[in-house]
Amino acid sequence: MLQINNLHAMVGGTEILKGLTLSLKAGEIHAIMGPNGAGKSTLSYVLGGRPGYEVTDGEVTFNGADLLAMAPHERAAAGLFLGFQYPVEIPGVSNVQFLREALNAQRKARGQEPLSGGEFLKLARAQADAMGMDMEMLKRPVNVGFSGGEKKRNEMVQMGIIDPVLAILDETDSGLDIDALRVVGDGINRIMRKPDKAVLLITHYQRLLDYVKPDFVHVLDGGRITRTGGAELALELEREGYKELAA
Amino acid sequence: MSAMLLPTRKDEAWRYADLDALADLRPLPVVESIVVPAGGSFSRAIVQDSGGVRQIGLVVGKGANARMDTLNLGGDYGRIELDVTLHEGSHFELRGVILGSGEQVLEIVTAVTHAEPNATSNQTVRTVVGGKATGSYLGKVAVARGAQKTDAAQSVKAMLLDRTATANAKPELEIYADDVKCAHGATVGELDQAAMFYLASRGLPPAEAKQLLLQAFVAGVFEGAEDEAALTAAALSKLGAMV
Repeated sequence: MLQINNLHAMVGGTEILKGLTLSLKAGEIHAIMGPNGAGKSTLSYVLGGRPGYEVTDGEVTFNGADLLAMAPHERAAAGLFLGFQYPVEIPGVSNVQFLREALNAQRKARGQEPLSGGEFLKLARAQADAMGMDMEMLKRPVNVGFSGGEKKRNEMVQMGIIDPVLAILDETDSGLDIDALRVVGDGINRIMRKPDKAVLLITHYQRLLDYVKPDFVHVLDGGRITRTGGAELALELEREGYKELAA
Repeated sequence: MSAMLLPTRKDEAWRYADLDALADLRPLPVVESIVVPAGGSFSRAIVQDSGGVRQIGLVVGKGANARMDTLNLGGDYGRIELDVTLHEGSHFELRGVILGSGEQVLEIVTAVTHAEPNATSNQTVRTVVGGKATGSYLGKVAVARGAQKTDAAQSVKAMLLDRTATANAKPELEIYADDVKCAHGATVGELDQAAMFYLASRGLPPAEAKQLLLQAFVAGVFEGAEDEAALTAAALSKLGAMV
């Protein structure tokens, strides 16, 4: 589904990704772990197409298409969802209004009929309920006044509504208490644990992986994957630390 | 007599005006005079959609209430000028939006005089300019000697869509009383790139994302106006054409 070959990327004149290669197949959940500054967030932004993140070498294909040639909104329409480490607050723009416009823009790009207001609200309500989020919150401006946990929950509600085929979740577990962690973990499993979907979980800690069992765990260090293993690698990392493993 | 003479750039209130366009507009229309009687209530919406200078003198009587909603979006040069005098315990509310594109020069210029005690005024102006357009708000609040307990607020925010556009925001205070509240804030900014990327990552194409953010920027200004629906529709239609 996602094939990353020898990816090099720069941010602000500094090379952060230095030849990263990674392959995700449908039905798989991959976790990427690594120390601060390893390039984890850079990888997620490069895959999402954030301006300012410049790819200098390598290629990324998403279901056979050249991902790097697509604009961010085209990547979304192609089925890629980026879960933000720091979801952005947008005063004055309501969650439901923006999500409906976004979803219908995606549907239009795929040649599907737009959802009516009623159909959309039904979908939004079901996804909000599933994440334990009050529908009233979903009508408020995007992330404004939300706590860290509510913002992450909102990311999952958005993911449920958009129903992507590939989710790249950048530290979706950071800032969550134990209860919220379980809710978010359940959300990822419910929405994305399917034979035709894939997930790339970017995380610092093993704890999210207690709820979302990865098929593969990769260590990202110095801008490239330095080690790959199964779920047990995460436990080993938690025990030994990145330094030990790198040595 | 002064109506015959054209203002110059040395005149502070005309500093950012398009004086060439102004020359073509003369003679300027007569200043419209509005008096709101004591205890009265007045509200008016102005959509400036074809250019020209509109000058209004507004006197708000004791305990009276006046509200002006102004949408300045049309013509090569469009100026809305309000000269407001507030008597005891009265209130003046200005809600203004300037939407400029191409090479338009659009202005809202106000002079609000708190002539007597206990009057309040609140001015909210939002400007969006793109291309080589200029959008200006010049707002002078004068508090007369003895006009204690004056409460005057000015909130001015401008958004530049292109680096070639210009926004001027100039709240100005002249206070001759010692027990007053005069708040003013002015900002000039650009679209939030982090918000643009967030919206795009959910599937919104750039033009739609821009329009959504600009709608949010001017949203609420005309809230409660008698012609709220018409004003909002006119503003959204121009914003749609600007992105």
